[in-house]
Amino acid sequence: MKETQNNIGAYLKLHWKTAVFLVVLLIGIGLADNFVDSYVRRLLNLCAIYVIVSLAMNLVNGFTGQFSLGQAGFMAIGAYTVAVFTVPIESRAAIFYLEPMVPFLANIELPFIVALILGGLASAVAAFFIGSPCLRLRGDYLAIATLGFSEIIRIIFTNTQSITNGALGIKSIPTISSLWWTYGIAIIIIIATILLINSTYGRAFKSIREDEIAAEAMGVALFKTKMTSFLIGAFFTGIGGGLFAALLGTVDPKQFYFILTYNFLLIIVLGGMGSISGTIIASFVVTLGQEALRFLDEPMAFGLDLPIFRPGLRMVVFSFLLMVIVLFYRKGLMGTNELTWDFIAEKYRVIKKKLSKKKTSTEGGGN
Amino acid sequence: MTMETFLQQLINGLSVGSLYALIAIGYTMVYGILRLINFAHGDIFMMAAYFTYFGIAVFVLPWYVTFIITIGLTMLLGVTIERVAYRPLREAPKTSLLISAIGVSFLLENVATYLFSGKPQAFPEFPLMTTPFFIGGLSFQPVSIVIPIVAFVLMSALLFIINKTKVGMAMRAVAVDYDTAKLMGIKINGVISSTFAIGSALAAVGAILWCMKYPSVLPLMGVVPGLKCFIAAVIGGIGNVKGAVLGGLILGFSEVLMVAFFPALTGYRDAIAFVILIIILLFLPNGLLGKKHVEKV
Repeated sequence: MKETQNNIGAYLKLHWKTAVFLVVLLIGIGLADNFVDSYVRRLLNLCAIYVIVSLAMNLVNGFTGQFSLGQAGFMAIGAYTVAVFTVPIESRAAIFYLEPMVPFLANIELPFIVALILGGLASAVAAFFIGSPCLRLRGDYLAIATLGFSEIIRIIFTNTQSITNGALGIKSIPTISSLWWTYGIAIIIIIATILLINSTYGRAFKSIREDEIAAEAMGVALFKTKMTSFLIGAFFTGIGGGLFAALLGTVDPKQFYFILTYNFLLIIVLGGMGSISGTIIASFVVTLGQEALRFLDEPMAFGLDLPIFRPGLRMVVFSFLLMVIVLFYRKGLMGTNELTWDFIAEKYRVIKKKLSKKKTSTEGGGN
Repeated sequence: MTMETFLQQLINGLSVGSLYALIAIGYTMVYGILRLINFAHGDIFMMAAYFTYFGIAVFVLPWYVTFIITIGLTMLLGVTIERVAYRPLREAPKTSLLISAIGVSFLLENVATYLFSGKPQAFPEFPLMTTPFFIGGLSFQPVSIVIPIVAFVLMSALLFIINKTKVGMAMRAVAVDYDTAKLMGIKINGVISSTFAIGSALAAVGAILWCMKYPSVLPLMGVVPGLKCFIAAVIGGIGNVKGAVLGGLILGFSEVLMVAFFPALTGYRDAIAFVILIIILLFLPNGLLGKKHVEKV
């Protein structure tokens, strides 16, 4: 008993800043949950979902070095699982009016959390089928196969009218609006990812990223390790997709066009491939940025009537941004570094030093 | 199904397959040299379709002038993309290069949506190409016959360039061993530029023929053909030009015949390429005609 207390004490001593930060964060979420309007709440929820999905993508792409582009497909699986299992039974006839729902699903309604986990599992199962041929091969096959897979998923969901309601999509999914769902799950997934990355598995992931052949020579089971990372990534992405469905209250195949994947790619490239904190920061920057730049799509309301501002400009700016980051700022915001307290302190010292140097040099110039 | 419709479907498959083959060659050439999936290739194809559309429908140029301008502009576009987005990353990790390719693709799609609007534009019809003619009980659109012929001529020309000319020899050398080729005094940048120029020119011809067959132009039109043609290149053995042609034909035939034999599966038309890809990768990881790529340690 004494020993555990000592352990906890030592742990707190070491991580007291993080503990304080977590408490502040939780209070912040609690305050936000009670006081922000529905628009801001929705945006904040979206940020958390983007954190989850980008983190999952970074686990596979950034930490394990396997270039997977199936995010939209895995999200779709999670989202549709939640949609199919949580829509109230009495409203199903009204939604599936072209073709009734298949009988074996029509009377099953599950609690949200069960459907969410089921969605994650379903997407992990799909990942197993796509990963087993492609992860055995070296090279870029995974990129094209996963991109193709996300398109297949969309095609399947468009065509299975009696399960997914086809192109019409499923409406009136019970929505979540509390921030606790999304942020709670995001925090759990962040912690899980940090623990995973620093475990034996995590080191194996990184060794594969650095050099597959050397990793294999050192005894890392290549296929099994890649698969582990890929399955965990798919599971988290499925969860993210499920939350996405519950946030919007409606799913249809068009939401999961593979362009959605490029959003997450932009996030992990901006944040730094292989940085958890970078991904979290970039998720907020990109999600809020896309919202803030919405004015680019609107005609200018004042002054000259410039034809430059019209629908589509925002996405041009965003794709241009992706290019600029890759070409000139290859490591992203964080590279493979993490935003730890030591890192912040170090940066702070460097900036302070630079400032004081500037001061002395200008003073010297004055004399 | 009668023999006649079956024959008709075969011709159809041949023409769709030849179109895929033309675009797949662009992928396979770039992959052979840079080891890069040029995600932007499908969008280069899309831009070529817009060039043709503007030439014929908007500026009302004669078709031969339009075709020359289209091919010229598309080659310029391909070479510029390589110069701006790929060359600066020559020494960077391959992931950066791949992301850059995705970035270019994303940018081209969005710029096209912004400039030309997301609405599909109707491509003017070529009566000469689309008025059906009859042989026995069969009706053919001339375009279905013209496409394989043009494709065949271009591919023979390409094989001649690759096997018999100096540039072709340099391309083969760079594909086998980049660093050694460089040491042997091959001007790498020139070779890569000409690869992009040839690949883009083939994509431009593909786009022109495509628009005659499917007369509608839109900003995302390059995405699905782009993916499928890359898959065609992988099926045939990536890096191998004949393999790309073979893969394209296999894909074209399987799509057309699947729809003909199982009309219920029409909705899954775009999915079959990926199913074939997975099956081929399971049994022949290097594709049908591909050689095993030995990783040097």
